[in-house]
Amino acid sequence: MILGEAEIQQFLQLAQRGTDEKQRESALVSLRRGLQHPQTQQTFIWLEGSMRTLVGLLTSNRALLQLEAARCLHELSHSEQSAVAEACLPATSYLLTYLSGHSSDFIELCLYTLGNLIVESEAVRRRLLPQGIVPALAACIQSPHLTVLEALGYALSQLLQAKEAPEMIIPSVLGSTLPQHILQLLQPGPKLNPGVAVEFAWCLHYIICSQVNNALLISHGGLSTLGLLLLDVAGAVQRTEDAGLELLVCPVLRCLSNLLTEAAVEVMGGPNQLEDERVVAALYILLQFFVQKQPSLLPECLWLLNNLTANSPSFCTSLLSMDLIKPLLQLLPVSNVVSVLVLTVLCNVAEKGRAYCQHLWPGPLLPCLIGTLASSDTEVVGQSLELLHLLFFYRPEVSFGPGTPVLRPVVSPWPLSLSILSIATFLGLASLCGLQFRTCSLWLGRHSSK
Amino acid sequence: MQLPPALRSRLLGAPGAAKPLPVERDPAAGAPPFHFAARRVRFPRDHEFFEDGDVQRHLYLQDVLTQVSESPERPRVPEFTCQAAGCCQVFDSLENYEHHYHTLHRNVCSFCGRAFPSVHLLDVHILEWHDSLFQILSERQDMYQCLVEGCAERFRSGGDRKEHLVRRHLYPADFRFDRPKRSGGPATPGAAVQDSAEALGEGEEQSGGDAMEVCPERAAPRPEPVGQRRTSSHRIPSTICFGQGASRGFKSTKKRKEHQ
Repeated sequence: MILGEAEIQQFLQLAQRGTDEKQRESALVSLRRGLQHPQTQQTFIWLEGSMRTLVGLLTSNRALLQLEAARCLHELSHSEQSAVAEACLPATSYLLTYLSGHSSDFIELCLYTLGNLIVESEAVRRRLLPQGIVPALAACIQSPHLTVLEALGYALSQLLQAKEAPEMIIPSVLGSTLPQHILQLLQPGPKLNPGVAVEFAWCLHYIICSQVNNALLISHGGLSTLGLLLLDVAGAVQRTEDAGLELLVCPVLRCLSNLLTEAAVEVMGGPNQLEDERVVAALYILLQFFVQKQPSLLPECLWLLNNLTANSPSFCTSLLSMDLIKPLLQLLPVSNVVSVLVLTVLCNVAEKGRAYCQHLWPGPLLPCLIGTLASSDTEVVGQSLELLHLLFFYRPEVSFGPGTPVLRPVVSPWPLSLSILSIATFLGLASLCGLQFRTCSLWLGRHSSK
Repeated sequence: MQLPPALRSRLLGAPGAAKPLPVERDPAAGAPPFHFAARRVRFPRDHEFFEDGDVQRHLYLQDVLTQVSESPERPRVPEFTCQAAGCCQVFDSLENYEHHYHTLHRNVCSFCGRAFPSVHLLDVHILEWHDSLFQILSERQDMYQCLVEGCAERFRSGGDRKEHLVRRHLYPADFRFDRPKRSGGPATPGAAVQDSAEALGEGEEQSGGDAMEVCPERAAPRPEPVGQRRTSSHRIPSTICFGQGASRGFKSTKKRKEHQ
């Protein structure tokens, strides 16, 4: 119901001065319903004294009026107009003060309101920081109430997503006790609450991808916590539990992938390494899950697989020993982006030398590569050529000379005609792109006379 | 996508890394026109690679926020009265009672009966209003602490503190939990009636006398004798339990049903 100026004024007066407690409360309930409409929100903020009255009710000692006033503010916070968010500025110091209270419902409401206001207006954020929002959240994160924690995670995630966050917000968040508490809330086990964990996983992602001080998170055990969490999530997905844990996957994948690029992780065998091959098993289970449920998230999974295998002979060996090449090839038809990533991971394995290439063929790899060479996407074709080059480079007994089989007969029955056919296919396709034609001819030159 | 059967049991197995096969790289493998180099990739914030996952997150949040704003139907219970001394407010829901209790009876000054939203503010109040040692010390050193959590600044006077709150922390000049004391010495219960109206956040907009009015039926507020006030208890009555485990928790079931 859209309210006009007179009606808003009437409800506010009733709420302030009504004699009957119930009457005052229901006046605010009516106001709240009206404030669900953008038009009423606009009328309200332009009405002189309205916010002052609402803040007065918010800070009164009438608990139920306080709750309803907070709900009115919460409605206002939904507005997409930054002017409405800015009109709520007089209330922010009180919303923050109430975070150190004890009433979980009320604190939850204050947190969601703050989170919404944070999104809509930079002016609000500029006010909240000196008002002490980071220490207030750091104190509040010790609450035992799951609904409060979920709301806090939401508010913090909105704060961390602000465009000025890397310079203005994340340094003070990292300087507080928040990182340790966040990692604690992400510890896998029976106490893990999916709703809470999702919010804080996103918080971690915004911190990590801003690259302010990821070494700090690694020193707090971030890699191992996130790795174990991934195992937990994959386990739940495997048991086809409908716990909503799959919503955790996206931010956890991003955190792990980005953390792996930090210098602190580069030290081989050091304490910060992620070396458990169960992470690879978990990743494949998630790949299988996403192929069916959410193919748009496959690239993110494969990104982690790339970062795990790129500099790690151990993980590359795991792919071979656990027989994980073939499942990877099954992903090639999904999309070009997925194909490039799959081929890149295979290149990660092949570039490590003969011992690795030996295991890559014979097998389904060659027919798949012939397929990808037929792609219309130049990046797919380029990556396929890189892989083929590596495979042939490290398998010198394979050649295309006349009368010489492509592969030794004892290993595989590939006929010479098929290899000639594939060369013809290369050249035919290579005419699509001059560079590739040159690449192909160089490649042929290198491999033909052996 | 078909996974090898052993993979599922590997996930449940012990942690461990595969013994790596020997690495034998030949630099010639990277000679032009081939340029592949295995490397870890990093994506910064706002990279387009994140677009799809970000859209999913946004849709999820829309769902959550819609659920939060729908006022939950509080289960009604038979009416009961607040057990705190002198309070006869009546409630028909536990959540409303919980908030009332925490607002009015939890952080209560046992000297003057003012209620505060947090333990921290109550402690500051008791120190500054009821501690004579504080008065003596404050003449010699900065004793008035900043009210903002995490700020360690201290000031010579309440006025200086207020100025700091306004300038440094952008607090409103009329912040309701930082009212100046009227009298010079520790506050006496006699002054409680007028002052408490302000300390509890009542401004000129509120009807007078609300602060001390804990029972609607009383005609006018009467401060209780000092002795009784000091021993007034603000423990949680044994009959009431707030059930800390009660939570909305993860709203997955409702959301997934909507999406399927």
